Amino acid sequence: MLYVQILINGILLGGLYACIAVGFSLVWGVLNVINILHGSFIVLGAYLAFFAYTKLDIHPYLFAPFAALVLFILGYAVQLTIINRVIEAPVLVTLTTTFGLALLLDNLMLVAFAANFRKVSLKPPLGIIDLSDTFPSIDLIVPVDRLASMLFALLFVGLLYWLLRHTVVGRAIVAVRMDRYAATLMGVDTTKVFAVTFALGAALAGAAGALLSPIFPISPLAGTTYLGKAFVICVLGGLGSVSGALVGGLVLGVLESFGALFFGPEHSLTLSFTVLILLLIFRPNGIMGKRGFV
Amino acid sequence: MKRIPTALLGLGVLALVVVILPFTATNYLLRLTTIAFMYIALASSWNIVGGFTGYPSFATAAFFGIGAYASGILRAASSLPLPVTWLFGAAAATVFSLLVGPAILRLRGHYFAVASLVLAAVLREITNAATALTGGGMGLNMPTSGVVNVDMQTRLYYVSMLTAAVLTVSLAALIWRSRLGWAMRCIEQNEDAAIVLGVNTLATKILGFAASAATAGLVGAIYATWIGYIDPTDAFDDLLSIKPIIMAFIGGVGTIFGPVAGAIIFLVLEEFVWRNVLNFHAGILGIIIVALLVFMPGGLGSVGRGIERLRAYGRAGGVGGAAPPVVPS
Repeated sequence: MLYVQILINGILLGGLYACIAVGFSLVWGVLNVINILHGSFIVLGAYLAFFAYTKLDIHPYLFAPFAALVLFILGYAVQLTIINRVIEAPVLVTLTTTFGLALLLDNLMLVAFAANFRKVSLKPPLGIIDLSDTFPSIDLIVPVDRLASMLFALLFVGLLYWLLRHTVVGRAIVAVRMDRYAATLMGVDTTKVFAVTFALGAALAGAAGALLSPIFPISPLAGTTYLGKAFVICVLGGLGSVSGALVGGLVLGVLESFGALFFGPEHSLTLSFTVLILLLIFRPNGIMGKRGFV
Repeated sequence: MKRIPTALLGLGVLALVVVILPFTATNYLLRLTTIAFMYIALASSWNIVGGFTGYPSFATAAFFGIGAYASGILRAASSLPLPVTWLFGAAAATVFSLLVGPAILRLRGHYFAVASLVLAAVLREITNAATALTGGGMGLNMPTSGVVNVDMQTRLYYVSMLTAAVLTVSLAALIWRSRLGWAMRCIEQNEDAAIVLGVNTLATKILGFAASAATAGLVGAIYATWIGYIDPTDAFDDLLSIKPIIMAFIGGVGTIFGPVAGAIIFLVLEEFVWRNVLNFHAGILGIIIVALLVFMPGGLGSVGRGIERLRAYGRAGGVGGAAPPVVPS
């Protein structure tokens, strides 16, 4: 029963992880940019949700779309004014540029919000579902806040999937992902597509930040932790595909939960990074083994 | 024939300044110069992989931290003389690079960048968890070097870092002139073509990676005993991987003296920022990094072009997508 409980914990975590990683994966896949800013975007989303709840009394789950909107605008602006100017440069330049931007954003947040750890404490707390109440033989619990965060996270991931499949902008993004030069020849404005894609990535980071604010503590420098998870998930699931991020997120969630059980929680990050390096070497296109376009 | 005497003259003046400084300068200036030597060594060390072979390496922090911890642990546990612990640090970093190099150097581009970036994060977590050996998050305190006098201590590390910098730059120059350097430049230009030409690219990259690791590890080792205290976030700081890249960019990637000049310019910038905006220095550093990469991707050598781009930036607004890739790819 313990293992089933840990599996449940892992899956609950995994849905949220998918939302953390899917925007990062999209940007990497379409723009070919490793966006170090992504972790900071998530933290910014979490802060926005925190202040919306404490000052304006807006529930984080309701606030998530607004966090996404704010981050969408910020992402669009950052891409058009800065990232776009180095987009053709090699990875060394693009990665270092986003690292510089992350330094700036992290420091701004540090000055604005101070280094205190904060957390959204929902009043009243959502509590847990104890399955043994209804089925006496099953001794499992499901924390409601995590369940709700996971479901909303999956909703956002699903929304992105729908957008990529069924809207003109989405089809253009997929076209650029497949071949940016051919897409240009077909009349796609790649500059615009890059900006929208980067903005979408930021928006999903903002939504993920708002959704994880009731679960994880928020601090200005937590961005690297989320960024590390996004790395691992991307490599696990394969780049630039929504389903890949979903699979990768779930696998990482379950892996971390069991890793914490067997090796202790302090080694969970080491475990996931070890998996990352092994995968990079043996299966650089992800466990699904092929490049996904949606 | 006219160029050689000027270069020699410049080098001679520089050497004279470096020799005279310990006898005349204040401890503050000496400390600053020691940091300059450290930066020169790190930038040149990165340049061997990032500049010569063109591989986007973010592994400098990993090498630096291993050197720092290996020498620190040995220093705390034994009474071996300092240079021995430093060499041990450099050796540990080299061994590490030989272990991971053959695996991650098969990767290219973005994948190599991520793998090398993650190395420091993994090591940071491991050092954090291995409390018995490393002190974990509490950090590691080093016994003093035996030289109690502050003035002597400052000069000891001045000379040590200077030696590390000279060694690193010499090693880079030696590699540059050798067959190995040729092979690296082939890889930088076109790796597949290099393979076709019979260059053993993997071995070449591993050797470059190891040279970079040995020198960065040596610097980390000296740094650990100099500061007297290391902790995982400090020794494996991602900025240690980013700063050398920026320095090399300022001076010119893939040259011998570019990283040297870039390191000095970067230090002056950094010190200026540190002294004036302590609370926001990381933010300013971020702005400097971004501005440098966006407006002067060819380093300070391209100041003229940078100004031109700045003007174009004002004129053209959002159409930067057509900007040519100016950095050797």
